[in-house]
Amino acid sequence: MAADNPTPTEYIQHHLQNLTLGHHPENGWSLAHSAEEAREMGFWAIHLDTMGWSIAMGTIFIWLFRKAGKAATTGVPGTLQNMVEMVFEFIENLTRSTFHGKNPIIPPLALTLFVWILLMNSLKVIPVDYFPELFARLGVEYMKIVPTTDPNATMGMAIGVFCLIIYYNLKVKGIGGFAKELSFTPFNTWLLVPFNLILELISLLVKPLSLGLRLFGNMFAGEVIFILIALLPVWAIWLLDVPWAIFHILVVTLQAFIFTVLSVVYLSAAHEHH
Amino acid sequence: MNINMTLIGQSIAFAIFVWFCIKYVWPPISQALHERQKKIAEGLDAASRATRDLELAQERADQTLRESKEQASEILEQANKRANQMIEEAREQARAESDRIVAGARAEVEQEVNRAKEELRTQVATLAVTGAERILESSIDEQAHRKMLDKLAAEL
Repeated sequence: MAADNPTPTEYIQHHLQNLTLGHHPENGWSLAHSAEEAREMGFWAIHLDTMGWSIAMGTIFIWLFRKAGKAATTGVPGTLQNMVEMVFEFIENLTRSTFHGKNPIIPPLALTLFVWILLMNSLKVIPVDYFPELFARLGVEYMKIVPTTDPNATMGMAIGVFCLIIYYNLKVKGIGGFAKELSFTPFNTWLLVPFNLILELISLLVKPLSLGLRLFGNMFAGEVIFILIALLPVWAIWLLDVPWAIFHILVVTLQAFIFTVLSVVYLSAAHEHH
Repeated sequence: MNINMTLIGQSIAFAIFVWFCIKYVWPPISQALHERQKKIAEGLDAASRATRDLELAQERADQTLRESKEQASEILEQANKRANQMIEEAREQARAESDRIVAGARAEVEQEVNRAKEELRTQVATLAVTGAERILESSIDEQAHRKMLDKLAAEL
């Protein structure tokens, strides 16, 4: 905790501050002790909590699905296997209906995105004070456990998807084909090439931005509301917290789903010739 | 909430998880699911085949039963016919036998009659001779009249 009796503003700021490790101009390589210090570290700093929790969730996903996959038999499936298979078939149907083309990378990619984001988002229903308080007692000042409320995490994934979009555009259409598509759609005349180029480049660049910012915006807004609710008197907390958490079961799943579907749709468009 | 190296870190983590999923997570689940699908399809197929087999077997059983019933009735009929025939034959035989016996008896009776007649004839001749002897007393040459009397007896 920043102070023993924080004001609401301090409380909110504290809960929205990541645990940042970076090179501070004055203190050298260190953990940031305040938001200003974190800002002064500039780009060459890393959010340890975001990375840690996201990698933990990714590892849980890989471990769980690998375990189910290894134990998978053609006989009667167990509970875990059933659950994993349900998600698996959901993703398989989703990619089959939205992705027109043949690419064995796409279904596992969609599965990873969906389950990983779902797990990261789900950290949100853990009461906002549990982990910051626990880590504060262990001597760690900041702990923001939901990686998807950090724009770095969501944009990082969106950039990953963006790289794949560019890669498949170039691979399927070639450099010439890709350039032609950017220059001659939507208006197929020489006169409007610059206009087309501007339009298409913007729409291309907006894809990762919208992907990352949509997820971040939804999760961050939800998180802020959770923190605000936590500031209320005890009797009001559960009255508002419970419905908001229940509502977030929907938001958490929906946002993971939207991120996955849009990624698949963008990649599908990258495979199509116009 | 600054944009920093976490961005790159997250991209790398994303790439690693996706790669791991493609390599080690997706294939076993996919394989198991498709194998199960195949197995279920095979099971359903086998079930429908078994039903068809059962139907066929039932049909065959019905047919066999019908055939055996027919055969049984045929055999029964034949047996009846044979029995009737046997009875008829036996009757025929009995009739023939009785005829034979009757004929035999009749022949015997005739023979007996003939013999009696013969005897009678000889006796009549003797009687006649004796009678004549009595009448004529010694005047008759037995040797001479014997032949005549025998001839007379034969005419009887």
